[in-house]
Amino acid sequence: MACSATAKIIHNPLVLSSSRSAEKYESCCKISGPSSLLGSKFLGKKLLSAKSAISLASRRSGAVVAVSSDVVKEKKVKSGSSAASNLLITKEEGLVLYEDMYLGRAFEDMCAQMYYRGKMFGFVHLYNGQEAVSTGFIKLLKQEDCVVSTYRDHVHSLSKGVPARQVMSELFGKTTGCCRGQGGSMHMFSKEHNVLGGFAFIGEGIPVATGAAFTSKYKREVLKEDCDEVTLAFFGDGTCNNGQFFECLNMAALWKLPIVFVVENNLWAIGMSHLRSTSDPQIWKKGPAFGMPGVHVDGMDVLKVREVAQEAIGRARRGEGPTLVECETYRFRGHSLADPDELRDPAEKARYATRDPITALKKYLFENNLANEAELKAVDKKIDEIIEDSVEFADASPVPARNQLLENVFADPRGFGIGPDGKYRCEDPKFTEGTAQV
Amino acid sequence: MYQWRMIRSATAILSFFSKASIAYTFVETEASMAAASFGVSSAAVQAVKSSASPLPSLPVIRSEARPISGRINRSRNAGKIATHAVAAQTENPASAASKPGHEVLLFEALREGLEEEMERDPRVCIFGEDVGHYGGSYKVSKGLADKYGDLRVLDTPIAENSFTGMAVGAAMTGLRPVVEGMNMGFLLLAFNQISDNCGMLHYTSGGQFTIPTVIRGPGGVGRQLGAEHSQRLESYFQSIPGIQMVACSTPYNAKGLMKAAIRSENPVVLFEHVLLYNLKERIPDEEYVVSLEEAEMVRPGEHVTILTYSRMRYHVMQAAKTLVNKGYDPEVIDIRSLKPFDLYTIGNSIKKTHKVLIVEECMRTGGIGASLTAAINENFNDYLDAPIVCLSSQDVPTPYAGTLEEVTVVQPSQIVTAVEQLCR
Repeated sequence: MACSATAKIIHNPLVLSSSRSAEKYESCCKISGPSSLLGSKFLGKKLLSAKSAISLASRRSGAVVAVSSDVVKEKKVKSGSSAASNLLITKEEGLVLYEDMYLGRAFEDMCAQMYYRGKMFGFVHLYNGQEAVSTGFIKLLKQEDCVVSTYRDHVHSLSKGVPARQVMSELFGKTTGCCRGQGGSMHMFSKEHNVLGGFAFIGEGIPVATGAAFTSKYKREVLKEDCDEVTLAFFGDGTCNNGQFFECLNMAALWKLPIVFVVENNLWAIGMSHLRSTSDPQIWKKGPAFGMPGVHVDGMDVLKVREVAQEAIGRARRGEGPTLVECETYRFRGHSLADPDELRDPAEKARYATRDPITALKKYLFENNLANEAELKAVDKKIDEIIEDSVEFADASPVPARNQLLENVFADPRGFGIGPDGKYRCEDPKFTEGTAQV
Repeated sequence: MYQWRMIRSATAILSFFSKASIAYTFVETEASMAAASFGVSSAAVQAVKSSASPLPSLPVIRSEARPISGRINRSRNAGKIATHAVAAQTENPASAASKPGHEVLLFEALREGLEEEMERDPRVCIFGEDVGHYGGSYKVSKGLADKYGDLRVLDTPIAENSFTGMAVGAAMTGLRPVVEGMNMGFLLLAFNQISDNCGMLHYTSGGQFTIPTVIRGPGGVGRQLGAEHSQRLESYFQSIPGIQMVACSTPYNAKGLMKAAIRSENPVVLFEHVLLYNLKERIPDEEYVVSLEEAEMVRPGEHVTILTYSRMRYHVMQAAKTLVNKGYDPEVIDIRSLKPFDLYTIGNSIKKTHKVLIVEECMRTGGIGASLTAAINENFNDYLDAPIVCLSSQDVPTPYAGTLEEVTVVQPSQIVTAVEQLCR
C-alpha cells in the first residue's frame, strides 16, 4: 500500500497535537500494517522492532516516497532467535551514543547556569531534549563530512567533535573560542571538524550546506578525486516554510547532491506553533514533491534516528541523492534563554519529559545488558569533569585584545585598500585595532 | 564657430544615440592607456554593427550611420595624452594587423578572463541562470559549458538567494565559484547571502573559512529597460563589511579585474554595465591582472579632478573633449575600486588640482558618490579649494520613456557645466 495512505492514518493533522502520545501512536501503527514507515512510534518500552524498515512506495506518478532499508531487513532475516543479535547497536556504540547525548545535555545545562551568572550574553538557544537527533546523525559521520546547523548549534558542534573547551570559550567570548570569540553562540564554526556554522537567520545555512554537498560532487566528478563526503543540514520546523528550504530541496534533488536535510521538528518556532503556521504540517511529505524520499522518525529515540540516518547517509554516499528526514522532537527549555516559554502547554511538556532520549537509551542499555549502572555513572562523571574543565578554561582564557578587531574581516587584508599615503592600510601595524581610518 | 558646430553635431549624435534602440554605447576610450603601456595603441571603439566604413584614423565618437571625420579631433588630441603608460598612438588601419594584442569586445574580454582562470585552476566554476547552455544572457560564458561541462558551468534554477548561498558553501569547502546575476538587480534577492554569508562569514568564523567567490553581473541604466532592470546595486552593497567591490569599464580592465577577482581570497563583487558589453579594444595577448584596489588614471590634467566609474567614464570623456576645446584640462580618474577607495591616486590628484567633481550613475542618496565625498572631505579637506561637486542620477525609479530616462542619468553637458562652474 502506498505510504502516503499509511501516513494519513498515522499523521492525521487534526489529531497531531494530541496524538503525540504513546497510546495513540501504538494504535496508529497497528493499523498501518507491515509496510509502516520507519520510525514506528513504539516508544522506549518496546524493543526496536525490525518493522522499522522504510518501505519502497508504489511508484505512482513517479514520486518517490520512501527508500527501502535493505540493511535493516537483512538484519531481521539473518538474525537468529537470540535477542542480543537483534539489537541495533553494540555495547561500544551504545556507550558512545550515551556519552554524546549526556555531553550535550550537561553542556547545555551548564550554559544556562553560566548565562544566569552573567558569563555569556545575547541570544543563547539550548538543545535540551533534542540530543537524539544530533547524536543519532552526527555520530555516523566521518571527520570530512560537513555539518551545517542553525543558532541551536552547540550540541551539533560537540557531537561533531569540537572540544567542549572551545565551545564554552566561544560562548564566553574569549579569544580561545572556536571562532576567536567573534562568532558567539549562534555562529559555531570549525574548519578542523567541518562544522560549517552556526547561522542566525533561519534557512540561511541550507544553501551553504547545499554548496558543501555540491563541492563533494564536484570533487568526485570534475576533479576526479575519491570523495564521498556527505553534508548534513539541520534546521527546524519554522524553516520549512522558508523559501530557501524549498529552493535547496529542488537543487539538491535535481543534481543528486550528497546531502541529508534533517528537520528537527520541535513543533514550536519561538511561540508560533507549527500547526498554526503551516498549511500541511507533515514536513516529510515535502520531500517527494521534489523527488527525494521523505521520512518521518521519532526524534526522541536515538536508535530509530540512527537507523534512518544510516540509510539516508548511505544513500548520499552512494550518490543516490538527498533525503529529507523529519525528526519529531521537542525542546525542554524555551526557544532561548530569554524566552519565558509561557505559551506551551505544561501537559505537553510533561508528556515529552517522559520521552527523554537519554532516559530512553539508558533503559535500552540496561534492558539489553549492554551496560550497567556503574558504567553509565562513570561516563556521567567523566562528562561532568569535562564540562567543569571547559568552564574553568573559558574563565581563565583571555578576552580578545583590541588589535583583534579588524583581523579577520578579509582573508586578504589588502581588501581594506590603499590609504592616502600610498601604502596598503593593512601594512600599518596598528590598523587592526580600528584606530586607523578605514 | 568651429567649436560650436562641433558641439552641435556632437549633441546631435548624442541625441541620435539616445533614441537608437541598439544596446551598446558609442564612446571611445582615450583611456585604453593601460593597453598602451604594452605598446599597443589606444583602440578605436566602434559600434559592432558599424557599416563597411573603414576604421577612422583617429578615435572618434561614432554612430552607426554617421561617422565623424577625423579632422574635428585632430587638434584636440595633439600631445594631450600622456599618462604613466606609454602614450597612445593613433591607430592606422594599415598597421593594425602588426600591432601586438588582439581586439575584443568587453564581453569577450570577460570571457577570456574567465576561461583563462578556469583553465588555470580546476576549482573555478560558474553558477548562474543560463550561463551554461545559453552561454550567458550577455554571452560572457559562451562556449564554456561545452568546454568544461555542466558541473563547472552550472545552469541554476531561478533561485538567487539559494544559489548564491550555494556558492558560499562551495567556497567554504574548497571551490572558487563565480556567481552571475543575470542582472545585478536580481541579486537583491540574494542580499541575505551576500551580506551575511559572503561578507561576514570569514569574520564570524574567526578566520577559519575563506569565501573566495566572485559575484558579477550587469547593472546600471540601460536603454529603456525599466526601473527594476536599471538598478545600481553598488550603493546598497557598499556597507557590507568583508566584501570588495570593483567596476569594470573597458575590455582591458574587465579582463584584468575578472582575473584578479577570481584569484582573490576575498569575496569580490564585480559590477559590469549593460551598455558597455560591446566596447571594442585591443588588449594584450599576454596574461595580465589588474589590481583590485587601484584606480585608473584615464586622462591626466591640471585643472580639476573628475572621479568616475563604469559607464559614466564615457560621458566624462565626452565632456572632456568639449572641455579641452574650451581650454580646460580635466584630470579624469576611473576609480574602478568602489570599495575600498584608492585614496592614494585620488589624493595625489586632489593635491594637484584642488577641485573635485564626482560623476556617478548611482542615486543621489547614499550612493558611491556620497561615500566618496565623505571620504575625500575627511582625508583631503585641506587641499580643496572648493566644495566637492557630485553629479549623480536622480533619486527616481528609472522611467521607461526614453526622454525621461535620459535625464535621470548625468549627461555630458551637465558635466561640462559643472566643471565650468568649479573652475571659475
